[in-house]
Amino acid sequence: MWRWLHPYAKGEASYRLLGKMLPWFSVLAVIGVVVGVGWGLAFAPPDYQQGDSYRIIFIHVPAALYSMGSFTGMAIVALIALVWQIRTAEWSINAIAPVGAVMTAISLFTGAVWGKPMWGTWWEWDARLTSQLILLFLYIGVIALYHAFEDKRTGAKAAAILSLVGVVNVPIIHYSVYWWNTLHQTSTITKFAKPSMPMSMATPLYIALFGFAMLTAALICWRLRNEILKQELHRPWVQQELLGDNAAQTEGQ
Amino acid sequence: MNNASTWQLLKTVMLRDAKVALRKRSDILNPLVFLLIVVSLFPLAVGPGPDILGRIAAGVIWVAALLSALLGSERLFRDDYLDGSLEQLLLVPAPLSALALAKVAVHWLFAGLPLVILSPVLALLLKLPFEGWGTLALSLLLGTPILSALTAIGAALTVSLGRGGALVSLLILPLFIPLLIFATAAVEAALLGMPVSGQLAWLAALMVLTVTLSPLAIAASIRVSVN
Repeated sequence: MWRWLHPYAKGEASYRLLGKMLPWFSVLAVIGVVVGVGWGLAFAPPDYQQGDSYRIIFIHVPAALYSMGSFTGMAIVALIALVWQIRTAEWSINAIAPVGAVMTAISLFTGAVWGKPMWGTWWEWDARLTSQLILLFLYIGVIALYHAFEDKRTGAKAAAILSLVGVVNVPIIHYSVYWWNTLHQTSTITKFAKPSMPMSMATPLYIALFGFAMLTAALICWRLRNEILKQELHRPWVQQELLGDNAAQTEGQ
Repeated sequence: MNNASTWQLLKTVMLRDAKVALRKRSDILNPLVFLLIVVSLFPLAVGPGPDILGRIAAGVIWVAALLSALLGSERLFRDDYLDGSLEQLLLVPAPLSALALAKVAVHWLFAGLPLVILSPVLALLLKLPFEGWGTLALSLLLGTPILSALTAIGAALTVSLGRGGALVSLLILPLFIPLLIFATAAVEAALLGMPVSGQLAWLAALMVLTVTLSPLAIAASIRVSVN
């Protein structure tokens, strides 16, 4: 497996592989998001308790899921970057972090919008909301640290260490916040008891989940491709890629 | 190299750090004075009534402790980085993580321990009911090593940047949240006359986890920063 993976430590090979994957991810993302979210928003039956306002679930749940998934993915590439010093993995950190941060922000925003009609408040210091907010802070920390360094290689390594420290802390933070909340809980507004979903609601949700997964993958592919081009700008293959074969040849002559 | 020489090296590093710290007393005192000022701002802001002050005392003291820990974080590695002794530390024939732990321990001695000693004064200022005093001191005793170890990660990551102050707070403050929750919950439980051993055990567990794992992160960060 190592022999198979090793070529992708080089920028050019990963760039080409990502180029091949990007259209697939993009097409599937468009189909998945449009069908899943469209079905959920327009055609799924309204909830017996929440009426139509539950429909935001088709955006909220996928965004929340991949905000956490992206953090795990970022920590995995961070480990690879630190242990094997693979440059593609270092660039991936910066490719993943903003995508994950945006997913976290979307889940927080949709959560607030959903919370207003359901709990009667935009923001409740509920355990899951709070730990999601802290996740956003962790993302911002990683992004800020990466950009603070003049030398991007050092920045990527520092961000890698921070994301590993973060991923160790995320479960601790999550459970401590949960515990804090359950200790203090005197609020009359509690989370609604969630009815188990009928298939007519679950199917569009699964499609939306798939669509958001593809969307996340496509965005990361896209960002990573740009990052590779930016970092390898001095290499001949990038000039050939960007200027086309002829331009590179005439320049060479 | 045998074990004895590693211990010797650690002792040398600790003694050196202690000496340097004692020669720059303002670096030790300033965060403490800052803490005192922040704590004394609260009665002015929310009113001096004992009912409200006593309720928020533990939280205020802990938040002030977090902030003052951040304020003192530069002292950990900045001077060593500037005068090159951090680079020398990389050459020392002992595990860098052990040396990092030694530095953190000395930092705690001059930043964390004074907080524990000061805690009755802070409790008095904020009119914390007497039942909470012991638990507050214990929570600080268990929690300040976590503060020192986590700020050390932030300080080591940003030491090569010109001014890392605001950045360190951005990186490290979210990681303090479990500590803050358990420490204030312990004091609150003590005020209600409930057993506090659960919360304190959690704090102790967090401390053991942080003190064992963070030296690895600090060592890796120093290696990245010194390059």
